[in-house]
Amino acid sequence: MSEALLQVKDLKVAYGGIHAVKGIDLEINQGELVALIGANGAGKTTTLKTLVGMIKPAGGEIRFDGQPTARLAPYHYVSRGLVLVPEGRGVFPRLSVAENLLMGAHVRNDKADIAHDMERVYHLFPRLKERQAQLAGTLSGGEQQMLAIGRAIMSRPKLLLLDEPSMGLAPIIVQKIFEIIRMIAAEGVTMLLVEQNAKLALETANRGYVMESGRITLADSAASLLANEAIQKAYLGE
Amino acid sequence: MDIFIQQLINGLIVGSIYALIALGYTMVYGIMQLINFAHGEIVMIGAMVTITCINLLLDLGVQLPGPLLLLAGLLMAIPVSMLLGFTIERVAYRPLRRAPRLAPLITAIGLSIVLQQLAMLIWGRNYRPFPSILPTKVHDFYGAAITDLQIAIFILAFLLMGGLFFLIERTKLGRAMRATSQNPDVAGLMGVNINTVISMTFVIGSALGAVAGVMVAANYDQAHAYMGFMIGLKAFTAAVLGGIGNLAGAVVGGILLGLIESLGSGYLGDLTGGFLGSNYKDIFAFVVLIAVLIFRPSGLMGERVAERA
Repeated sequence: MSEALLQVKDLKVAYGGIHAVKGIDLEINQGELVALIGANGAGKTTTLKTLVGMIKPAGGEIRFDGQPTARLAPYHYVSRGLVLVPEGRGVFPRLSVAENLLMGAHVRNDKADIAHDMERVYHLFPRLKERQAQLAGTLSGGEQQMLAIGRAIMSRPKLLLLDEPSMGLAPIIVQKIFEIIRMIAAEGVTMLLVEQNAKLALETANRGYVMESGRITLADSAASLLANEAIQKAYLGE
Repeated sequence: MDIFIQQLINGLIVGSIYALIALGYTMVYGIMQLINFAHGEIVMIGAMVTITCINLLLDLGVQLPGPLLLLAGLLMAIPVSMLLGFTIERVAYRPLRRAPRLAPLITAIGLSIVLQQLAMLIWGRNYRPFPSILPTKVHDFYGAAITDLQIAIFILAFLLMGGLFFLIERTKLGRAMRATSQNPDVAGLMGVNINTVISMTFVIGSALGAVAGVMVAANYDQAHAYMGFMIGLKAFTAAVLGGIGNLAGAVVGGILLGLIESLGSGYLGDLTGGFLGSNYKDIFAFVVLIAVLIFRPSGLMGERVAERA
């Protein structure tokens, strides 16, 4: 039996005495789009940050692509194929759009392929092409989110982690961002999507995990979660 | 009139040296919001090593033209200063990276004193004359005097600054440095090894500092274990004047400070009817600094620092 792309077992994370993640199991298979939903402070962002090495876990095991990752230095993750689009986007405000994208390809040295991938990102986001020479800090929130996703794609990730891509954006822009997420998924990029907008996330994903105060309380296919009454009450506002 | 031109020339020469040193302060500040107060000592050690190296070659009876001897000294001093800058960051600042801001600041001041004392143990407490190996030919420039050395300092300073700007703006390392200064966490996510970038910042700044130190020593014909204090303070002033963290600001601040100081000292006697002489030129630097900071707290070219959400 082949191993899942990402395997998390009994992951525990503590911030100076506060247990933000209290032993969770996650599994993501090649090609899946998995949603991780839950209320504010449930530990979703902490989980993502731990997966890319920004926070060291207090216990448990993370295996990615068949190998344990927990002891790597943060800058090694991207070359292993794990990249995070952070909450709040984290574009480099005084770098141009093109330079931001090139930062996504920082660990790569194949110049021709990088140029090819730039074109691919510009094709996904024509807005970015129009603004390639502009400083990223001058972009609108939606454009910055596009840039952050485009930058992550530039690293050719095996697993793309998205933290709250809809945060602070107008509904129409959110629709657009999710359209692009579906397009990227259709190209075969595996994704873990953390979202407060649970309805949208579950409508987009194949599977979902529900997180509550540091624990995974439910794991099912996205369709069953959408149909689940308790979920509807708690997260879907119906 | 010729006094004016003379002071203008002197100001530009000194200003370009200040600018080179100010770049070292501003690069480090831009990337880790730290004032590396030991930078002045790196400048001093660059000067001292060069002088020692030239004297050694002369003692060995090496027959080389003066500029080549100077070059040999420089090629020795630059790696020494680079290594020193690297070591300082590694030993004194890296362990404190997550500490409150005051801790590395105090370390920096302490380190600066340690290096001064160390230099005094090695080179003694007296002024070290710069070996007279350089041609002393003086050119006449619209009634003002300018030497070959001064011309060389000016050209070299601007070549180095141009090189630095190319590195920062056009290379992959430079892009990683700028990204790190803007958001170190995300730069790390993109695969930038932050530690390497910070080390490189210190190493490059120290190399510029070493060259500047040699320029100071050659221009004033002497070096001293304490010379790094005042020159460092002036260059730091220049960096703040231009807007600390901003490379172009450091250059503008350095040149401006050199000019103000030089013109100020040239006319101070006349202006005060002989009450204050040119030996008060040092106060100029700081009066200007205070005046600029009152009206533009972020410096001439500094951005207003807005807190990010």
